[in-house]
Amino acid sequence: MADALIIGEVAGGAPSSSTMEGIAAARGLGVRQVAVLLPGADAATAASAAITGGADIAYTVVDGPAADGEFDALVDAAQAATAQSGARYVIGAKTLTGRDVMPRLAFRLGTALASDCSAVSLDDSGRLIATRPVYGGNAEASVACLGSVAVASLRPKSVDALEPDASRTGEVQPLAFEANVRTRVLERVEEAGEGVRLENARVVVSGGRGLGGPEPFGSLRELADMLGGAVGASRAACDAGWVPSGYQVGLTGKTVTPDLYIAVGISGASQHMAGCSNSRTLVAINKDAGANIFKEARFGVAGDWQKVLPAFMEQLHELMG
Amino acid sequence: MTLHIVVTAKQVLDPETPLSAFNVADNAVSTAGNIPPVVNGYDEQAVEAALRIKEAHGDAKVTVLSCGTDFALDVIKKPLAMGADELVLLQDAAFENSIDPTMAVAALTAAIRKLGDVDIVISGRQASDWDNAQVPLGVAESLGWAVATIGRKVQVLDGTVRVERVLPDGHETVEASLPAVVTVSNELGTPRYPNMRGIMAARRVQPTVWSAADLDLDGAASPAFELVSLKKPERAVQTEMITGDHDADAGRKLALRLREERVL
Repeated sequence: MADALIIGEVAGGAPSSSTMEGIAAARGLGVRQVAVLLPGADAATAASAAITGGADIAYTVVDGPAADGEFDALVDAAQAATAQSGARYVIGAKTLTGRDVMPRLAFRLGTALASDCSAVSLDDSGRLIATRPVYGGNAEASVACLGSVAVASLRPKSVDALEPDASRTGEVQPLAFEANVRTRVLERVEEAGEGVRLENARVVVSGGRGLGGPEPFGSLRELADMLGGAVGASRAACDAGWVPSGYQVGLTGKTVTPDLYIAVGISGASQHMAGCSNSRTLVAINKDAGANIFKEARFGVAGDWQKVLPAFMEQLHELMG
Repeated sequence: MTLHIVVTAKQVLDPETPLSAFNVADNAVSTAGNIPPVVNGYDEQAVEAALRIKEAHGDAKVTVLSCGTDFALDVIKKPLAMGADELVLLQDAAFENSIDPTMAVAALTAAIRKLGDVDIVISGRQASDWDNAQVPLGVAESLGWAVATIGRKVQVLDGTVRVERVLPDGHETVEASLPAVVTVSNELGTPRYPNMRGIMAARRVQPTVWSAADLDLDGAASPAFELVSLKKPERAVQTEMITGDHDADAGRKLALRLREERVL
């Protein structure tokens, strides 16, 4: 039996970063026992990392459609793990998988999902309080979960994972459940991006509508390469077809948290800011001095990017020798 | 057999509302002045997806379901003007637009059951107000139907639906037997503009209106959440604007300033 259950994911033989963040968030609630669901061929290996990272029980699924990442089977596994753990708080992450699995799990359990939370806590009566941005980040809501089971998903990187503690011990239990797959994956196609992966980049250079076309992204790529970073884009630039949709940073794209985020020709609509507002230093270049991006940026230049950017890069080149 | 496509469409505050006209007070969100509401952007893409299927399939009917308390008729009729056939408004004080999707899921599920012969439900991936992205998934779970999300291409082929889903670094094709629920994303492409004929035709359509009682929903759904607070987020950033003799000078100074702050 556990008080909290994390709906985890396994990547490269280890629990994903958002899984470790979920465990930390559950520990932060001050509950006694934290369980984690780990579906994936490497789940047994991942289980030890999850335990040193704060979990007490790991439910593993090492084969079958759930281990392969089929959403229908993952919902079935999550439902079974919830029942087996007896958890009152079920926490997942707003990842590609979590976006589908967590709401479905919540409705199966007779409640709804507190989605995309930046923080979770308990009130005096033990109700889960979930805080989350709404209206594209223009407002922030806190809700109390009322059902007998509270289901929440965390926005990735809003909680820090715990330092691993090698002395921690826990239990590993293979999970028994029946999977019912109705939506079958026929084909998966990777459209390889160029350079550093956006989600892991320490520097991101993003372009928006203000660039006026696809060609200027070449300059952004040049700057990103100088800094060992990745290129991103606003939804407007993706919808215009200037760059593939995989470049999109924002509410409906990727969430990035680099040390440095350089936004060029991006107005700073809340939909975009939702994906980059946790960057350590945000720099904006935009010709409209009244653009919203300047309310959120640490450093700003109100000017024509076609003039600002080359001079910036030239100076940078000099500084970096 | 006529293919019956249901599109769910939500009326929302215009997400393009400038921040300055956006008010958060007394645990509610409103816009200043007379900024009219709009049909949620992704739901217009859902209408577009439905119309493309109708065109490909020939014998098909598109019914739009919208759940809410107050409707601006000229706004919520836009899907009809685009080419949808029927509009059913699920209108009741109990269907207040809240952060809790429970009631909307119950109302839409009941309406789809009441329509009876629905083959496929198409929804936008999320609404631009609460950004919950869960009503379509809740409807699928409540009906026990298959679901596929974030589609950029939706095809109905002989009792099945085939959806090309957008992935962060590519795409995948999934297939499910009908009936099914599908959500679509902006990658589907720009929704068509209503033409004059469509607008005139939409004007003549009287929407069907169903209340909670019509859907046998009185007291059926217990809420999942209680709203504790709703406020404007605090912004703690102090912005430093870098200026120069001209734009290039400002660019040069930006690099120097970032070096000074050890950002670079």
